[in-house]
Amino acid sequence: MPSSLVEQVSKHLAARARWKPLEYAFWLAAVASVFLLPGRHLILTEIAWLALFALSLDLILGYAGIISLGHAAFFGLGSYTAALLAKHGIISEPVLALIVSGLAAAVLGFGTSFLVLRGSDLTRLMVTLGVALIMREIANQIPEITGGADGLQGVIVGPILGIFQFDIFGHVSYLYCLAVLFVLFLLARRIVYSPFGLSLRAVKGNSLRASSIGISVNARLVAIYTFAAFYAGVAGALLAQTTSFASLDVFSFERSADLLLVLIIGGTGYLYGGLIGAVIFKLMQDWIANLTPQYWQFWIGLVLVLIVLVGRERISLLTGGVRALAERVTRRFTPGATPPPYAPPLAGKGSEQLPGEGR
Amino acid sequence: MLTILFDGVAYGMLLFVLACGLSVTLGLMNFVNLAHGSFAMAGGYITLVLVNRAGVPFFAGLPIAFIATALIGVLFERTLYVHVYGKSHLDQVLFTIGLVFMSVAAVDYVMGSQQVFIEIPSVLQGRFEFFGVGIGRYRLLIIVLCGLLTVGLQLILSGTRFGSRLRASVDDARVARGLGINVNAVFTLTFAFGSGLAGLGGALGAEILGLDPTFPLKYMVYFLIVVTVGGTSSITGPFVASLLIGIADVAGKYYVPKFGAFVIYTIMIIVLILRPQGLFARATGK
Repeated sequence: MPSSLVEQVSKHLAARARWKPLEYAFWLAAVASVFLLPGRHLILTEIAWLALFALSLDLILGYAGIISLGHAAFFGLGSYTAALLAKHGIISEPVLALIVSGLAAAVLGFGTSFLVLRGSDLTRLMVTLGVALIMREIANQIPEITGGADGLQGVIVGPILGIFQFDIFGHVSYLYCLAVLFVLFLLARRIVYSPFGLSLRAVKGNSLRASSIGISVNARLVAIYTFAAFYAGVAGALLAQTTSFASLDVFSFERSADLLLVLIIGGTGYLYGGLIGAVIFKLMQDWIANLTPQYWQFWIGLVLVLIVLVGRERISLLTGGVRALAERVTRRFTPGATPPPYAPPLAGKGSEQLPGEGR
Repeated sequence: MLTILFDGVAYGMLLFVLACGLSVTLGLMNFVNLAHGSFAMAGGYITLVLVNRAGVPFFAGLPIAFIATALIGVLFERTLYVHVYGKSHLDQVLFTIGLVFMSVAAVDYVMGSQQVFIEIPSVLQGRFEFFGVGIGRYRLLIIVLCGLLTVGLQLILSGTRFGSRLRASVDDARVARGLGINVNAVFTLTFAFGSGLAGLGGALGAEILGLDPTFPLKYMVYFLIVVTVGGTSSITGPFVASLLIGIADVAGKYYVPKFGAFVIYTIMIIVLILRPQGLFARATGK
């Protein structure tokens, strides 16, 4: 009975894509933070663009299995594009500039995506790192455009949609970043639960088998890499617009490394990983920086080491437990929904095992 | 022209001593050790403290740097690294980046963040003319020392029992284990030796590369380039790669200062795309 099978599959997929109560709770909390924490909007703004940046990395690492140590290349390009557009008054309206910056990063992402198609994890690490370094070097070598090591100053961002002017307390910028994050999150969610998103998971699971069931692996990887680059570019543009500044720091290796930490804290392979990771990372950074302003990097390093020694699987068990609970709650509220025929895979577990890598 | 070549060779030799340990560990355990530069930095700072503060002669400081860094290497390998071998590349990268961050902040805390120089004896300062080529004494020392080290390494690798065990383990660790070679012990020894060499390189290179807490981050890329371009199956590959990169970098910075840094990054990406196994590697069954 093929028709009933198709029906079953589409029913199951639709059930997966349905909004869970905890997701509503998460976004309600985000909206509540606008009103309840007016004094913390500056750090919340940082959390919002970092979350978008982490979401972007999750799309390629968690869903497509591409390791990147140079995601800052797209972030930085978006950042400089937005800053330059605003500084020279080419596009003073932030939302439009945001899209243009994202597209600029996407073009770079499309161009460099062909470099990450080949080779092992190590090759990808090095190539992505190299791309970010070259971008940084370019920005460093054309000081007449980028301001070089001093950074790009004198950026004046116009009011959003011509109405809302940025204020120094970060109220407008937080709302702006949160809105952008939410819209792009919805888009990413739509994509991840689409057949395209499922095919990406198949590629990550085993690219050889994926190609043998008719998925064009390379085209999918190019598409998601370009898409993720767009997201990273938008995140960088948000940074430039909310701080009215862009410096070489946006391309730095530390930024890419920190981003990996953000994603690892939150867990890879589900959309909220980057978001939760960004919240935890920024709060932790803020807290440590208050204790030891100069040496917070040491503690960040320690967290990385401990996470690996304890095992990411065990840490994602925590988040996985929360998710399992969420699913159980959901099932209770939707009577008649059939339980999933297979156990939901744990986030991050074995996610980086590529064929031919084992020894 | 020849002076640039000379400086480039000295730079390349230094890179080789710094990076050859990384190349062997990567080839042997398939382990991505981004923290290799931290060991080099440790060697540099140990020599600095010994020479500048304790008054130990420079030439005695070098072997001490080697031994001390090798010991640190063993300690870290046995206590920390050993837990990470079985994990994915992503985990290894995260772990070693964490170590780099910690070492950078720790050195910053203990030694301060400014760039420091090791006092080298006056015999080694200055340069002399030799058939019209300006030769820096210190760079000559580097070339001689590193040249001797390279020859020594090659002899150990090709001539001794340990060398053949090491090569067997790099070629196929599983079969080597089956033949009764204690791959883990071989690895620990190699790791220690590689770390020691990195420490020696850091001590020697402080004069040329500069020494400050961000050393591991700044030169990580160079080490990785040497390894990826040179491949991991031998030490001749990394050696040739180091020389090429040293000369290309020095010449690039001299002739086209605007594009100096692009040259090597671009070389790296092109090599990685065309020859993922490295420029000089033979195809292995892995």
